Amino acid sequence: MNDMSKPIVKLSSVEKSFGAVRALDGVDLDILPGECLGLVGHNGAGKSTLMNILAGIQKPSAGFMDFGGDGDGGGGGERSSATAANYDVSEARRQGIRCVFQELSLCPNLTVAENARIQHASIKGWNWRGRASELILAQLDQIFPNHGISADELVGDLSIAKRQMVEIARAFSIVDQNIRLVILDEPTSSLDALVAEELMVHVRRFVDSGGSCVLISHLLEEVLETSDRILVMRDGGVVDSRPAAEFSRQSLVEAMGSVAKDEAVHGRDFNSKRQQGTPYLSIDPSGAQRGIAMNAHKGEIVGLAGLSGHGQTDTLVNIYNKRRRYGIDMAFVAGDRQSDGIFPLWTIGQNISIGSIRNLLRFGLLDLEQEAKLAEQWRQKIAIRTPNVNDNILSLSGGNQQKALFARALGSPADTILMDDPMRGVDIGTKQEVYEMIRAEAEAGRTFIWYTTEMDELKHCDHVYVFRNGAIVADLTRGELTEQKVLHASFEEAS
Amino acid sequence: MIAQFTSPRLLRSLLPAFSLTVILLAIFYLQPRAMSYFGLNLLLNLALPIAFATLAQMCVITVNDLDLGIGAFVGFVACVGVTWLNDQPLVGILILAACIVAYGAMGALIHVRNLPSIVVTLGMSFVWLGLALLVLPTPGGKAPAIVTWVMKFKTPLVPMTIYASIAIALIVHVALKRSAYGAVLRGVGGNPQSVERASWSLIRAKITMYAMAGFFGVLSGISLIGLTSAADANIALRYTLLSIAGVILGGGEFVGGRISPIGAVLGAITLTLAGSFLSFLRISPDWQIGAQGAILIIVLALRALINRSEARKPA
Repeated sequence: MNDMSKPIVKLSSVEKSFGAVRALDGVDLDILPGECLGLVGHNGAGKSTLMNILAGIQKPSAGFMDFGGDGDGGGGGERSSATAANYDVSEARRQGIRCVFQELSLCPNLTVAENARIQHASIKGWNWRGRASELILAQLDQIFPNHGISADELVGDLSIAKRQMVEIARAFSIVDQNIRLVILDEPTSSLDALVAEELMVHVRRFVDSGGSCVLISHLLEEVLETSDRILVMRDGGVVDSRPAAEFSRQSLVEAMGSVAKDEAVHGRDFNSKRQQGTPYLSIDPSGAQRGIAMNAHKGEIVGLAGLSGHGQTDTLVNIYNKRRRYGIDMAFVAGDRQSDGIFPLWTIGQNISIGSIRNLLRFGLLDLEQEAKLAEQWRQKIAIRTPNVNDNILSLSGGNQQKALFARALGSPADTILMDDPMRGVDIGTKQEVYEMIRAEAEAGRTFIWYTTEMDELKHCDHVYVFRNGAIVADLTRGELTEQKVLHASFEEAS
Repeated sequence: MIAQFTSPRLLRSLLPAFSLTVILLAIFYLQPRAMSYFGLNLLLNLALPIAFATLAQMCVITVNDLDLGIGAFVGFVACVGVTWLNDQPLVGILILAACIVAYGAMGALIHVRNLPSIVVTLGMSFVWLGLALLVLPTPGGKAPAIVTWVMKFKTPLVPMTIYASIAIALIVHVALKRSAYGAVLRGVGGNPQSVERASWSLIRAKITMYAMAGFFGVLSGISLIGLTSAADANIALRYTLLSIAGVILGGGEFVGGRISPIGAVLGAITLTLAGSFLSFLRISPDWQIGAQGAILIIVLALRALINRSEARKPA
């Protein structure tokens, strides 16, 4: 029925920017009917943004989207095309595009059947509950035999793996709108190997019957085995797109990394500070003896790498919460400025001085003069672009807000600074200034533990630990650090 | 099989009925004469307006908001009820309809401007109070005869309040817990993003729930004047906190769209009875609010225990 050579989705030069950051830089993408497209790339390559655009959640800043083929499955053969302006979630659904998101999107307070109903507006009227149960159970039985889920269980009471199974089954279930494309963003992240295998079998079955799939996974073997074609993304662009058979694990990892350039230069002037005795902080993030322990020495910049969400932030928070036990004074630079970082109603000065409030006391009360002096000193030191530190913090640009947060940490007496990917959405100029500052402070004897999702930032670190599934899987010194090694360690080897 | 009967989910849903039974038995023990048609009628007299106010509050809590103006709103409705509705019924009905629209609009405003609901509804509570004072500067007025007749109607076997409570509890239960759109409405409280991604309109859901809250607020005010036959602007100010307590007592939670209409009605009745229970214990009215709070804490502690036993259960 379908013309097998005509793409069901065609994106051309799609761009997306978030403020100063370019998430997508002119991406072209064709998805053919009956094709499973693997999508791989490191953090910030633009995978999720691209999928959000495809699902209608985010609007592209520029570019064209074309959905050839027969719009809503049952409709006429009219060619429908959607421009960036009128494409949204409902239009995506009309086009038969479904998405399983990385962060689960079920309502925990509803039952499995009710969640199926939310997805399908047409299940209503008499006995809707019965029909919704039947639909979701049939789909669960088909994909995951022996799933052991009943339709009137509350989703909140299910284990995380079962929730993911429900979410996947829900995406594949059909009532009246035909499904043409299912996007699976890390669908197996909380499934065990057996269940993941069942899903991959189903994906092949779905694709062989003419549907299309986009599969994003950090398990490269899974992508290599299941996909027909693999698209490699890097820095917001597509860098490679070939049939899966032409790739090997090795060549995929190579394609994801950028061309090796001045790594030698960074390695040359590296003197490990590790010859000078024992580390003053040592922690095994996995708890058990599963991985490598992380050590930090005085004056070191320690980098935490790996794909985002593999335990780096948890490890930082964990270290911070135990600062009293370690007997180390620590400061934390939050990555999510809006929710964990700034006090939005306060002035720039107050946002800076809160980190060192104990040093600003006089007779138990806040010494306002000293507070103002501290704020002014840091404004000059790290060049926060504001005429007056008594302005509200929100009057600053995002990058300068982040500088204020750095000033808060650096201005405090803490000798260890934990950083949770603090450069998200910061422009390149500000970044360079902050890198300089970090290096200078480390020279002066401060220790930095720095989680970053950007490969370039790792080059500023003396030691890099790569995380995977909550444990450290690689320990690289600056001399050994290459992008290849980080990528290899981040993407799991088949067990 | 036994495990099914002791499952935390079932225990949790039975807790409101359990608390009501305990307090009812305690009253019957203290005052056996209460165990009669007349006694029950007296005990449950004011339960219906509180139950309506509690359902109104529950509608707002379903979508993760809180209504701090419901008491003042019920007071305003009562004032309109004993003036306009009695003198010029058509104008009265129009005003009450406009009130429901205003509630829906408030929900839209809260959603569109992303405002904290507590601030908006608290602000609106002063508006309602002011309007109520404008309509009825001094206590008085007269409830429409039909309203009084309905509220004082003598039903066979047990008082009208009991039939009415069962009926509204079941109707709202079907509307919110059994209907297809009800699942969407509760889903908005559970995970708004997910509901929106399934291409449902969040603003429509919020307007629906706030308008329903307005509707139940109107019913609360009208049923109240049917019992008191006169009104006063401050008549229902304590309903705000009573309604919140009723929802929570009935097994609802502040966030996450976990609500129970039947539980909410039971919670409202329990709170009404708690007042009488404390009087029977000869606790002076000065202490009653504190004692009501103690009852609330006991029930919530029981719920926390059930939840904890659930958390201990291996996943």
